[in-house]
Amino acid sequence: MTRPMREAHPRESESMGNLVTMDDLTNDDIVAVLDDAEKLVPVAKGDILLPLLQGKVLANMFFENSTRTRMSFETAMKRLGGSVLNFSSVGTSVSKGETLYDTMQMIDGYADIAAIRHPRQGAAQYSADAVGIPILNAGDGAGNHPTQTMLDLFTIRQAHGALDGLNVVLVGDLRYGRTVHSLSHALVRFGASLTLVSPASLKMPEEIVSDLKAHGADIKETEALDEQISEADVIYMTRIQKERFPDEEEYAKVAGIYRIEASSLVGAKKGMIIMHPLPRVDEIAPSVDSTEFAKYFQQAFNGVPTRMALLCRSLGVEVPKKVK
Amino acid sequence: MSEMRRVTAIRNGTVIDHIPFGNAMQVIRILGINTDRATPVSLVMNVPSDKLGRKDVLKIEDRELDQEDLDRLALIAPAASIAIIRNHTVAEKMNVELGDDLLNIAKCSFSNCITKNQREPLPQRMKVVSREPLEVRCYYCGRGQEIDELIGNII
Repeated sequence: MTRPMREAHPRESESMGNLVTMDDLTNDDIVAVLDDAEKLVPVAKGDILLPLLQGKVLANMFFENSTRTRMSFETAMKRLGGSVLNFSSVGTSVSKGETLYDTMQMIDGYADIAAIRHPRQGAAQYSADAVGIPILNAGDGAGNHPTQTMLDLFTIRQAHGALDGLNVVLVGDLRYGRTVHSLSHALVRFGASLTLVSPASLKMPEEIVSDLKAHGADIKETEALDEQISEADVIYMTRIQKERFPDEEEYAKVAGIYRIEASSLVGAKKGMIIMHPLPRVDEIAPSVDSTEFAKYFQQAFNGVPTRMALLCRSLGVEVPKKVK
Repeated sequence: MSEMRRVTAIRNGTVIDHIPFGNAMQVIRILGINTDRATPVSLVMNVPSDKLGRKDVLKIEDRELDQEDLDRLALIAPAASIAIIRNHTVAEKMNVELGDDLLNIAKCSFSNCITKNQREPLPQRMKVVSREPLEVRCYYCGRGQEIDELIGNII
């Protein structure tokens, strides 16, 4: 029942506004978005009113649960004077069997831009091809989560002043964790070294590691976290995602395998930061929250200015040189 | 006896030469050549080849391959040369060429890919990321497949 999509894939040539994977952004684009995000921090906090997106409508298309991504997209749009349509697959036509294609056709007529999260990998690319409005991938299965990557890069740059030359330690579920897939690609492009810490069953997928190496990445893979702490500039913790495991037994084998406590950080470098896309379960103890290393709540806030900058970019709205 | 003369010359149809040794049966499968067809198919396997060392050759009577067939063939036999025969003479010669973008040629094997939802009206689409060695990934989900698996997923 393949229906012809508007020609083969017409949007590719005009896909300026889409953000499906980090490949949609050049390094210069990334730096420009991070610079814009920095300028927009006071707007994100509500200290300055700047209705750059007044009259624009964002469709938040969440076919899977989300707290931070969804709310920070909504806050970002509203702080810039725009409005938001919130969609969830429960209680809508999707539960009656509507296809993603049809749902997206409808949204194409209702909104100026859409953020989409979907349990199936590739759903964001499919949506971007199916509609005329820009699509921001807010997470597709275990695939990509580029807006998270942008806020992660923003957080790292905020702490270290630059992205190159850092030793970033990615910890936990590197197999199913989409945030680390997008992030590792981006970090390598900026010359960071990666240390991948995971149990054997949750290793970074081979094609990603081979891509990273093809880009000349300096990559170390290990199962032991403790010995990496003193060398790290960034420790990026992730949750072992129960919902992505095929069976409970496999999950039980690795649940709780990595845990950082305040006492684990005695030998850490000054300026090292601990990040986490959240939600956490027990991989970072509450005792870490009050240390100088904890940056995960700051990171969650950074989703707002970063997504503001991305919304502006995708909608072709320029952020003023000086925000006041 | 020349290698091409191991079987009788054909009057009308297609000769596929330079199929990597052992892949002729796969070619028959992906071209949808039915065993109940009325006209002959000749298969020569494991003959010497300057180009490939060993090769398979197929002669299909009363069928001319089209571009879509060639795109499929390119995945299995990227060095194949094709001759369209009309009235005992070579009417056209073609080489297969693997495009960068394979539309409706092979299916993604990843169980959680958006293409696995059969109700979605989307084409199967693969990107060729490397030719030597051949590496093909799903345009949507980005997953790669081993070449044997990919051949099994040719539509």
